[in-house]
Amino acid sequence: MLSHEYELTLKNSAQDIRVGIMHMIGRAKLGHVGGSLSIADLMAVLYGGQLRHDPKQPRWDGRDRIVLSKGHAGPAMYAALALRGFFPMEWLDTLNQPPTNLPSHTDRTRTPGVDMTTGSLGQGASSAAGIALAGQLAGKDYYTYLILGDGECEEGQVWEAAMFAVAHKLERLIAFVDFNGKQIDGTIEEIAGVADFEEKFASFGWNVISVADGNDVRAIWEAVEQAKATLNGKPVCIVLHTVKGKGWKFAEDAEYNHCWAIDDAQTADALRDFEAARVQKGDKA
Amino acid sequence: MSQLLKTPLQSPDPGLRAVYAAKLEEFIRTTDNVVGLDADLMRSIDTYPLWKQRPDRMVECGIAEQNMVGVAAGLSSEGFVPFVHSFAAFSSRRAFDQLMMSCAFAQLNVKLIGSDPGVATQVNGGSHTANEDIALMRSLPNVTVLDICDAVQLRQFMEQAAAAYGVFYLRFPRCAVPRIYADDAVLTIGKAETLLDGGDLTIIASGLEVHEAVLAADLLAQEGISARVVDMHTIQPLDEDCVIRAARETGAIVTAENHSLHGGLGSAVAECLAEHCPTPMERVANRSFGDVGSLSYLIKHFDLDAASIAAAAKRVLPRKKC
Repeated sequence: MLSHEYELTLKNSAQDIRVGIMHMIGRAKLGHVGGSLSIADLMAVLYGGQLRHDPKQPRWDGRDRIVLSKGHAGPAMYAALALRGFFPMEWLDTLNQPPTNLPSHTDRTRTPGVDMTTGSLGQGASSAAGIALAGQLAGKDYYTYLILGDGECEEGQVWEAAMFAVAHKLERLIAFVDFNGKQIDGTIEEIAGVADFEEKFASFGWNVISVADGNDVRAIWEAVEQAKATLNGKPVCIVLHTVKGKGWKFAEDAEYNHCWAIDDAQTADALRDFEAARVQKGDKA
Repeated sequence: MSQLLKTPLQSPDPGLRAVYAAKLEEFIRTTDNVVGLDADLMRSIDTYPLWKQRPDRMVECGIAEQNMVGVAAGLSSEGFVPFVHSFAAFSSRRAFDQLMMSCAFAQLNVKLIGSDPGVATQVNGGSHTANEDIALMRSLPNVTVLDICDAVQLRQFMEQAAAAYGVFYLRFPRCAVPRIYADDAVLTIGKAETLLDGGDLTIIASGLEVHEAVLAADLLAQEGISARVVDMHTIQPLDEDCVIRAARETGAIVTAENHSLHGGLGSAVAECLAEHCPTPMERVANRSFGDVGSLSYLIKHFDLDAASIAAAAKRVLPRKKC
């Protein structure tokens, strides 16, 4: 059970991650703001206790694995990794500035804590399934966390992997869909038709947990707890109903909020929003 | 050298599918990390009994090659060594982006098998014919590309590929093919084999075309033309020293491959010659999409037979610089 106090810690941790995201993208002057901010709360939950990890041993065999299949949200993962001490905070100054270790899309060969190279959408679903299968074949007890974008689920490969995970009973595979409702050219609904991810994953044979507020750290935490405890021979999909650009009002309200050029004034505006959202001991959750 | 060549070229071997399945079974029995993946073609490559025997090491991925290659990447990242099979058309064309990003760019350790490339597709016809696989694969840095000609070579190259870290692409027919190498031949990935020596020109062949090249050398010998025959089994990395030596010593080159004219062995050799030793050359390769037919019919139909190679040799000889 998540204590009230730790919930506040996670909320602030999510704001720290948001600050890191905007620090990186602000310096780079361009980046995937919307989809990075929408998973900041998920990152806070995973790196704040749900994901077994050791920053001193990024490839520790006992760790849980994580595949950010929506690799363009790399800045969210980098901020979380730096805050956990996988690498110095100064690295966050280098996003996309060669020879950086932080390319815009996550790359297992360059960044400590990144388990799989992603970027071409849909592929992380399969590599995560492979990692989960490897654990099963080797009798290991790690969980594999897969983070999918909602637009990414337009890739057929996601559904190939969804079938495979059920056929191979990958019960330690936990997928998240960051259902923020928007993609580059419009809303998910406009472009992909009706996008009921709960129904779709359930129809493929997955356990499904729906989180109505996918930016609420308590709700995410409890969903992950439930997913880990399920272990009924089926993978678990947690559908997070999130807000693209979450936490920065300007980004939340923008019609187009996937990736754009950021100026210093915008960065300052975002940082003010994040600061205002910080909570203190005694605050209501 | 020529002692490697088994005479006559009658094959004592089973189909290469059985050779593949037996070697994979050996890997699974003798190592703790080799796994076999397939996309609903285990019955086609003779690994079905192995799957039933070792479901802990054989992974049926269903008709979903893109997912299969991605799953292989994930398995590899955890220390497994996946041998991943489908027909060449599907393991290359269908899953190319997955091979590029999840495997090669990610610097993982995946062995991709493309069976029945080019005319070996036979009655499956044009839809299933991979004439592009070598071109695709050799466009990827650090991917080793192997066009395999017989059972001896398949066994040895599977062993070498399993032992070396990195992405390897192995293409070979599923059927029985003429034996090129003696049982005790020692073959090395990246090092071309000179099968027959000759001074008038060099035929550089790979895969199914190695046998046709040997037959073409016989045809040419009957007309007093002395052809060197090289088995360039490794298209990437190309044995450039061998190509340059052949150009300098014989002054004319013919390439022969069961693949598109564009982007395969002939292109690789031409690039090497253009950079290092411009030399008259002719390319024997496929110039159109595939079709249905028996192997012997298709080899003739697409002008990949020994007579076509000999004709190419006679076209190139007058262009030699004296």
